[in-house]
Amino acid sequence: MIKKKQYFLNAHVIDPCNSINEIGGLIIDEQGKIEAAGKRVNKINIPNREKFVDLNGKHIFPGIVDMRVFGGEPGYEYKENYRSLSEAALAGGITSVVTMPNTKPVIDSVSIVDFIQRRGRDKSKINLFPTATLTKDAGGMNMCEFGLLKNKGIVGFTDGIKSIQSPRVMSRIIKSAYDFDCLVIQHAEDQELSKDGMINDGIISTKLGIPGISDLAEKIIIERDLSLLEETNCRYHISQISSRKSLDLINYKKDTVNFTTGVSINNLALNENDIGEFRTFLKLSPPLRTEEDRISLIEGINKNLIDVLVSDHKPEDEESKRLTFSQAATGASGIETLLSLALEQFHNGSIKLEKIIELITHNPAKILKINKGNLSVGSDGDFCVVDINKPWIVKKENLVSKSKNTSIEGRKLQGKVVSTFVKGEELFKIK
Amino acid sequence: MASDTQKAIKSPKHLLGIQDLKVSEIKHILNEAQQFIDLNRSKNKKSDILKGKTQINLFFEPSTRTQSSFELAGKRLGADVMSMNITNSAIKKGETLIDTAMTLNAMHPDIIVIRHQDSGACNLLSQKVNCAVLNAGDGRREHPTQALLDALTIINRKKSIEGLKIAICGDILHSRVARSNIYLLTMLGANVNIIGPTNLLPKDLDKFGVNIFTDMKKGVRDCDIVMMLRLQNERMSSSYLSSNREYYEYYGLSPEKLEFAKTDALIMHPGPMNRGIEIDTMLADDINKSVIKEQVELGVAVRMACLKIFCS
Repeated sequence: MIKKKQYFLNAHVIDPCNSINEIGGLIIDEQGKIEAAGKRVNKINIPNREKFVDLNGKHIFPGIVDMRVFGGEPGYEYKENYRSLSEAALAGGITSVVTMPNTKPVIDSVSIVDFIQRRGRDKSKINLFPTATLTKDAGGMNMCEFGLLKNKGIVGFTDGIKSIQSPRVMSRIIKSAYDFDCLVIQHAEDQELSKDGMINDGIISTKLGIPGISDLAEKIIIERDLSLLEETNCRYHISQISSRKSLDLINYKKDTVNFTTGVSINNLALNENDIGEFRTFLKLSPPLRTEEDRISLIEGINKNLIDVLVSDHKPEDEESKRLTFSQAATGASGIETLLSLALEQFHNGSIKLEKIIELITHNPAKILKINKGNLSVGSDGDFCVVDINKPWIVKKENLVSKSKNTSIEGRKLQGKVVSTFVKGEELFKIK
Repeated sequence: MASDTQKAIKSPKHLLGIQDLKVSEIKHILNEAQQFIDLNRSKNKKSDILKGKTQINLFFEPSTRTQSSFELAGKRLGADVMSMNITNSAIKKGETLIDTAMTLNAMHPDIIVIRHQDSGACNLLSQKVNCAVLNAGDGRREHPTQALLDALTIINRKKSIEGLKIAICGDILHSRVARSNIYLLTMLGANVNIIGPTNLLPKDLDKFGVNIFTDMKKGVRDCDIVMMLRLQNERMSSSYLSSNREYYEYYGLSPEKLEFAKTDALIMHPGPMNRGIEIDTMLADDINKSVIKEQVELGVAVRMACLKIFCS
């Protein structure tokens, strides 16, 4: 089938990468690449007899880049596979995901990377950017082959749900990552300090009788790593922060060390009170913290201290959650609701729309050094069309992801993806 | 027919924790329990209040006094009591709590008494069964009947709880007894002093309306009641504390430290005791000061009251 040029007109186009925030359109060429975007694309400038899509009242954003996703493959296909992940992502306007390496087996060698890339090519409709572990088997001891894995297409290195505990190992990782120009993504949690902990250490943990995780567990690792980076500054990204204490530290160190910071939409939209009477779907890592912490994270975004917003999509099957809080698995499904839930912060006046889009498109792409999350001429035609005012209610039975463990069941949201395009092809359209 | 429909709609009320109760409900339970004290001391201890009712005891953690107390309470009220032996059951074969709950629910019990090592296990169970659920201790969260029996013991000796100064001393962090007692005693108007090493105090405890002390002598000063908690041995190996000897020196109840409390102060302990670690063995047995045996006795009465109230 020979593709035709596609014209989208009268939309509100936002592309932070190219500082576009205006009423305009988008032209996708025959190869599915972006030919033009913004106000220059209007009815006058396109050939007279060409058909176009009128997107009056809708927004066009670059395809979202979600920097923290658990894809299920290999080993946990019963929770999520690349096919179901693609469908869920597309429904949320996401066209690129960074997959975490905590699979079975873990992604720590060239051959397993080869395997997931072939699986991805066969099954995935979206762009998959796999990470590999920092250490063999995510054991925190022996470094992985950063150079070889990077050559194979690995965009970043992280032990995913684990933190490197040994300062000696971390110091060597940083130096080696520097040599190979690799991105280190740290899940900041001192696991000695947070041992047995499940929720924020505070009044709620005391009341529920559940061991707590101090916010110091996060701060100590960040503090240690930033000190190590003062000596050798490799590319370094803090996967997710959850507290004011971490943010204050980041603010203090921002001028002396180069690094970037992420936050999960869960920590931005929920706090520890939402756990209520042992809601296992809100057992998360990092844990939900106080309302004061949540507000500080929004401030952090507005002060440019936080660079990336992620879904931290961690699909868990029913059996892993229908247990007591202690026994239940950690994590929530969230890839489909990332944008809609983030728009809440726009609608309530906390964060500007352009800022939200920057956190989920241009910034992660820049950190990962991938040509995604933009509407630049010549880039792949990855984008989404969004009705930012459309009201809807999150219901788990309507979720596309294989696992239904949403942290926001029943929440009323405003803003929904209308359609999602990958390489110029419409792969999702709202029913 | 109409009454049947009403019954179906009305969900049974559970006893999951003191924090869910109102003061009036607590007083109601304690009043009921008073009546059972005499029954328990009489020659014929049998009543038929719960005749025809089925009570299942589901104890996931080993327990001597609570389990036997609940079993006796049910039997004295005429209920058919079944105590599940967890070690031989399907739970050992990997059955989840929810599935166990469904299985038991299908047998139409009227009341399930549960003890579980995980906080919130009783809440989960109560969502899945049609009968009343009584919490006999869940993780570190609550042990409501223990707090109720402690209150009854105090009331019987001191007439009222209001205005009393009560010290709770020991491993507060891991203690469900401490949490339930903090809720109950503050609700009934006591001034509660919490005493323990900082390592064994949960975070933000000061927000629960109690005074916190790390110096035991200061904490027990002028108290009417000194309630000691059991110290579990594994606390030593996990670096909460250095040694039994040091703990006893600073936080064990000795005659010397008791001097700081009121002269008529009473000593309480939920048991089982570690003599010589958290409490001096002579003090524990001092019939003029210690009400530890009375606690056990009144425990049966309190559980009878709870079974009666929540079963009907």
